[in-house]
Amino acid sequence: MQNIAKEKFQIIGIENNGVEAASRPSIGYFQDAWRRFRKNKIATVALIVLAIIVFMVIFGPAISGYAFEQIDESAINLGPCAEHWFGTDKLGRDIFARVWIAGRVSLAIGIIGALLSAIIGCIYGGIAAYFGGIVDDIMMRIVEILISVPYLIVVIVLSLVLGGGGMFSLILAMTLTGWCGTARMVRAQMLTLKNEEYVLAAQALGVKPTKIITRHMIPNTLSVVIVAITFDIPGYIFSEAFLSYIGLGIQPPNTSWGAMASVAQSSMQFYPTQLFFPAALIALTMLCFTLIGDGLRDALDPKLRK
Amino acid sequence: MANTKYVIKRICYMIFTIFAVATVTFFLMRSIPGDPLANMARALPEQTKLNFYAKYGLDKPLIEQYFIYMKGLLHFDLGESLVFAGRSVAGEIAKTSPISGMVGGIALVIGTIIGIALGVIAALKKNQWPDYIVMFIAILGATVPVFVLASLVQYMFAVKLQLVPASGWGKPENLVLPVLCMCFSSIATYARYIKSSMLDTLNQDYVLTARAKGLSERAVVFKHVLRNSLLPAVTVFSGSVVAIFTGAFVTERMFSIPGIGFYYVTSINNNDYTMILGTTIFYAVLFIVMQLIVDFVYMILDPRIRVSGDK
Amino acid sequence: MGKLLDVDNLRVSFHTYAGEVKAVRGVSFELNEGETLAFVGESGCGKTVTAKAIMRLHPTNTTEIKEGSKVIYKDQDVLAMSKKELSNYRGNEVSMIFQDPMTSLNPTMTVGKQIMEGLMLHRGLDKKAAREEAINMLKLVKIPDAEKRVDAYPHEMSGGMRQRVMIAIALACNPTLLIADEPTTALDVTIQAQIMELLSELKKELNTAIILVTHDLGVVADFADKIQVMYAGQVIERGSVQEIFKNAKHPYTWALLASVPRLDSENKKDLYALQGTPPDLINELNHCPFAARCEYCMQICKEAMPEETLVDGTHKVSCWLQHPNAPKVKSFYEKEV
Repeated sequence: MQNIAKEKFQIIGIENNGVEAASRPSIGYFQDAWRRFRKNKIATVALIVLAIIVFMVIFGPAISGYAFEQIDESAINLGPCAEHWFGTDKLGRDIFARVWIAGRVSLAIGIIGALLSAIIGCIYGGIAAYFGGIVDDIMMRIVEILISVPYLIVVIVLSLVLGGGGMFSLILAMTLTGWCGTARMVRAQMLTLKNEEYVLAAQALGVKPTKIITRHMIPNTLSVVIVAITFDIPGYIFSEAFLSYIGLGIQPPNTSWGAMASVAQSSMQFYPTQLFFPAALIALTMLCFTLIGDGLRDALDPKLRK
Repeated sequence: MANTKYVIKRICYMIFTIFAVATVTFFLMRSIPGDPLANMARALPEQTKLNFYAKYGLDKPLIEQYFIYMKGLLHFDLGESLVFAGRSVAGEIAKTSPISGMVGGIALVIGTIIGIALGVIAALKKNQWPDYIVMFIAILGATVPVFVLASLVQYMFAVKLQLVPASGWGKPENLVLPVLCMCFSSIATYARYIKSSMLDTLNQDYVLTARAKGLSERAVVFKHVLRNSLLPAVTVFSGSVVAIFTGAFVTERMFSIPGIGFYYVTSINNNDYTMILGTTIFYAVLFIVMQLIVDFVYMILDPRIRVSGDK
Repeated sequence: MGKLLDVDNLRVSFHTYAGEVKAVRGVSFELNEGETLAFVGESGCGKTVTAKAIMRLHPTNTTEIKEGSKVIYKDQDVLAMSKKELSNYRGNEVSMIFQDPMTSLNPTMTVGKQIMEGLMLHRGLDKKAAREEAINMLKLVKIPDAEKRVDAYPHEMSGGMRQRVMIAIALACNPTLLIADEPTTALDVTIQAQIMELLSELKKELNTAIILVTHDLGVVADFADKIQVMYAGQVIERGSVQEIFKNAKHPYTWALLASVPRLDSENKKDLYALQGTPPDLINELNHCPFAARCEYCMQICKEAMPEETLVDGTHKVSCWLQHPNAPKVKSFYEKEV
């Protein structure tokens, strides 16, 4: 051993010995989730692209300088050019303007539909989980019956019944059974949480039930719901597009991406760009939401923390 | 034995569900605003209208109509088409569903197998290029709407490359494009699902035990991981079948295939309410029965759910 | 007795999104045939990581066994083994049993099949012979009704029985070394005793060397020949069971010993608990890792890493209290022995 000065061997003990516990600073749940989300490059890019789409949907028509229903018979079926960046359709309407107006409808349907079904689903699932017993049994049986028919068929029938073709009746048709998936998920999550050890620990420590619910159960359920909403939105956009294809979607003069694509599809061989732009936007938006959803799910699951 | 009781219970339950669905659909359809005759544009004399209503039993009180319909249902009689007089709804369904069944069935099988294979590859080569390619295909299959995909495929292979006919039915070549379109959704679903299921399984402790025994990585994957990853995928099966059904609406129309989806869409556009009602019930029943079968298959495959005989 | 395992300067790091976690920082030890060595330490000290590294069970994409580490098994360099050699090594020469028997067994495979796998792979037995041998193994680990149980599924068995099955799987091919990673932590206390007794009998019968990883000193006393106490990825004290229990020299070891509740302790009210938490293993430490929690911490402890010094016989410790300039202290937990 080397010769070391004797003073260094005075016992100091633990108090004030100045050695840092050398541990990492603790970090809040949502801060950590946001950090992990940002590290996921794909999800972050998707978020940016989505933000651009939303921006264009709001300001695009104004930028284009055309009104979406403006008919110009001299400029029918043009491809992309200087005056019409995305070209024109068979009535000479500017596709650039139309595509962003259509986007408002598609996105609105998607977001409102997803939020509505999430809210209904949460309440329904929460009640079922909270009361348990017979109430839970009956409520879940009802859900089982509701989802035993393929979703799109239900939507088709409801669209026929509700008639119209306005946004309101469409959203209604889609959310009338759309909430079932969320309800099941919320109920399952709450039931699991009820039995999780940290809830038991909180109860054992004497924490009041309301605090347990707000501090422990709701944040954990929230993250699952947020992810579900992000995945639902493209589903609703797609359902609306599908309905338009069958002829049950948004009726003219209003339009949505699905409606535009459906109309353009018959003349696809001659004027492919008319189909391309709305279709690409549907695909791109759905893609962004899906990637963001994936990223959110990975970021919010504390067990995936490496 | 506990098992048979459970099976019987589920079957009874299923019958109840079918009955409930049929009832609800019946009343929903009857509540569609407007007169079915309104679409037959010409102004009809009152007597013709009355004859029409009498023929379809529309003049009777709603409850009576309901019971008549339910009775018919038990005999597989779904009434007659409103638009094409004389055509029995059940007959149309019987004629067109085998066609859809063939296309859908082939697409399902091919899609599932390819999807599973791709999922396995993606899981094993996580974060390397095969993973990215598979995920790209899967995401494409999930986000590009079916009718866009169909258009693209039709344009590329039939019009430009002239490899297969663009539409029509009757020859084996007609199968290619529709099957190609429809299997995409299964591929997308299974690739993602199997990949995540396998990644989950790969993290399980018993995989570590298997490696600690000295098993080669291949043996670990095929004997332990794959089997346990495939099991949960059975539950996703019904979802992919639904996608096939609904995808068929689009593909049959685009490729002019005389399947049940084609006639469903047509009757919607024609407001042929008896056809719509009958076909909806048919779809619902098909789906419900299939779900039950899938549940039973899952029960058989997972030993944790099976009750062992001598316990 | 021949030398079985020679580990020298083993360093293992995990590459995480937060940085490089240096979980094992230069661990060295030797093990001879038939010997039982216990790794003792609190959660996170690196004992399981070391055990897994001996069998090379860490995933290679996130875990790095650093250059300069040596793991030699009977003259073979484990870290350089090919896939084939590794397959022969694992399960056959060296086996491992894990902490949670419920999740460590494949839920969709019968217990018998899981035992037979190793037998068919390493012994080349056919199905019939393997099945018979599997039944024998179940009898060896004292599972009643072995002929019937061989076709049972893990979820049909109790925790204690499952752990016996794990032991049967591990010992099926008669390995020279068995690594037991906290085998009783997930079990009831009475079952714990049974399992430890079973392991004792088996190791005598089969002359298996054992590495026992545990945080429970109570389990070690009757079972192990040698102990190494680990803290923050390093071995801070080692020696025979006698040497450690009777004459521990490191303040951390004293704390561990003091934490075991004893019938004859004077203070019957309070349980001893060590304050503080171990250091974050992302950081490089160039001083004694225990300094922050040590009652006897000195200035030198905060500045430099203590070297390993010989106390007596095979008893070694890494602590500045061993330096000639350091004051003499009595361990706080023992009365005079």
